[in-house]
Amino acid sequence: MFLSFFYYLRAGGLNVSLTEWMTLLAALREDLHEDSLRGFYTLCRSVLVKSETQFDLFDRLFLEYFGDIAKESEQAIEDIFPEDLLKWLEHPELVPEMIKELMEATGLSAAQIEEMFRRILQEQDEEHNGGSKWVGTGGYSPYGHHGKKLGGIRVGGESMYRSAFRVAGERRYRDFRSDKTLDSRQFQMAFRRLRQLSDHNLQEKTELDIDETIRKTGEAGGLLKIVKKAPRRNAVKLMVLIDSGGSMDYHRGLVTLLFQSMRKAGNFEDVRFYYFHNAIGDHLYTSPTLSWNSRLETDWVLRNIPPEYKVLIVGDGEMAMYELYGGFYWGESLETDARGRRKMRRFTDFADRYPHIVWIHPQETPTGRNYWNETWWELARVFPMYPLTLDGLNAGIRKLLVSK
Amino acid sequence: MEEKKTMRFSGSSTYIADDDLLQVTNIAMALGKPLVIKGEPGTGKTELAIAIAESLGMPLITWSIKSTTKAQDGLYHYDVVQRLYDSQLGEEGVDNIAQYIHLGKLGEAFSADEKVVLLIDEIDKADLEFPNDLLWELDKMEFYIPETHETVKAKESPIVIITSNAEKELPDAFLRRCVFHYIDFPDDVMMRRIVLAHYPDIEERLLQSALAAFYDVREIRGLHKKPSTSELLDWIRALRYSGIEESRIEKEIPFAGVLLKKNEDLDLLYREKHRGFGRK
Repeated sequence: MFLSFFYYLRAGGLNVSLTEWMTLLAALREDLHEDSLRGFYTLCRSVLVKSETQFDLFDRLFLEYFGDIAKESEQAIEDIFPEDLLKWLEHPELVPEMIKELMEATGLSAAQIEEMFRRILQEQDEEHNGGSKWVGTGGYSPYGHHGKKLGGIRVGGESMYRSAFRVAGERRYRDFRSDKTLDSRQFQMAFRRLRQLSDHNLQEKTELDIDETIRKTGEAGGLLKIVKKAPRRNAVKLMVLIDSGGSMDYHRGLVTLLFQSMRKAGNFEDVRFYYFHNAIGDHLYTSPTLSWNSRLETDWVLRNIPPEYKVLIVGDGEMAMYELYGGFYWGESLETDARGRRKMRRFTDFADRYPHIVWIHPQETPTGRNYWNETWWELARVFPMYPLTLDGLNAGIRKLLVSK
Repeated sequence: MEEKKTMRFSGSSTYIADDDLLQVTNIAMALGKPLVIKGEPGTGKTELAIAIAESLGMPLITWSIKSTTKAQDGLYHYDVVQRLYDSQLGEEGVDNIAQYIHLGKLGEAFSADEKVVLLIDEIDKADLEFPNDLLWELDKMEFYIPETHETVKAKESPIVIITSNAEKELPDAFLRRCVFHYIDFPDDVMMRRIVLAHYPDIEERLLQSALAAFYDVREIRGLHKKPSTSELLDWIRALRYSGIEESRIEKEIPFAGVLLKKNEDLDLLYREKHRGFGRK
């Protein structure tokens, strides 16, 4: 049957499994699409898509796929799809009611609206195909909706028109996209994973396992058999170094969110937060305002925080070159570390001492070099860098769980 | 199979579901697959299972999941301690292990003589691995009790409804075997129907102002917890009881404490009110 839709969805980034596809076919055989296109859309979505974060992607792919088919061969699908679909295919872009509604709301002509709509879909495509998964840095708000609205008007609406295109076209689930939205709970889940997996590095079996003892004793007909188990405790210790102030102010909302979720996810054996500005020098600070009395010697931290701590550095890594390498002029003889690498202030010391260390940056992963991100690239040679998105954070945490 | 096709859910007198939800519920029932329902608190996830059971005239078995719940709890519990205790006293029937086997909720649903609705409520509260531990059982609708060499197999596959608050992402392998639906927060048209189902004799003007005010409050940026359907219903009850003038509802949001439960949120509302809230 229309197997190419299956591959189209997969190519578009929707991870549809064969199991799910077979389920869909079985459902179609049983007429569960209720002989309407809207029904077909709902059926596909409920069987193939298992997270509201992917509804938006599905909506877009559904639109694209069935839009294209209309142009190429209407004949081929005539047998498969009910009349509704074919009717809809005549107007793949906008249903007339919708155009009318939009015309009333905006005072634009039908052609203008159609053009506007096409442009927005186009924009979405380009954004997606770029493949960069990051959160918009401009004014991130954990609570607000940042769904783009069509020229300031609402495309969506109540389900008065039973058109699949309309529903898909509303793109109602844009706000749920996992590459776009992050709420504190999702961050917390990421950090809980850090706990979850650390349960596996079991310690010595020291505790009495009452359930197993009773079971074994019962099985032995009342002869006492003692069973011991390892205490279940999260052994993860975390040190978080946060770049504070300056260019980081721009990302404050996002960093606060990260900070809160670390707190809430809790259950680490120990978490320590230290702050720095741009580059780590001889001092770290225990307060984000970097106040004088919260000063702490970097050497003290390096000496007293053992290497078993997992280290998370949060910062944009963007500064002037001299801030990173010390010395005010290029060409000045620069200090090198034990391995002969140029020393990046105290960053290199942290990289050497802590085997589990990752860098989380709130801005988009740079694609090219410029004056300000030159230092980011330098840092990326030493630290594994991850963007502060759900995907990035998850990847970073996975990295923290294995030795580099 | 015959029976499956004729069985259809179409909402109940107190449960208002939109068309998508009805269709998805029927898809899950026809395919015999568990239906995973996700959505904001107060969108009626739990009520759906209750309504299905009610409208199809089937018994409802509810398994409420807690953070400590294990998959085994749903299957059966072998009371070894009791057996050990009985054996010391030489009680009769100690040899009969079966009497120390107590079925859990899943076991109950599988061993029922008639078709039942099984609600696995808030599955996301349990450990991350929990859903995976139930894969086989939910797929085959059966499980094996090694102690008694007995297989508990569903005579009539139960209709399984699983709710989740999205607190944890559910494992892919588990989701692949389910039908999925996300309940949108009801829009004002839907909400009107919901309110009317609960208060059929509500005055139109009160309903209108209450709904307008409710969606205004939900729009406030930065709320920690947006008011949901149940808060709206409580609020409307309070408004009706007090007999407050409709014109004041949108401007003043009386009894805001019923809608918003957190102090920070109430402060936020207070500030919004001063900025001329509700005068759009």
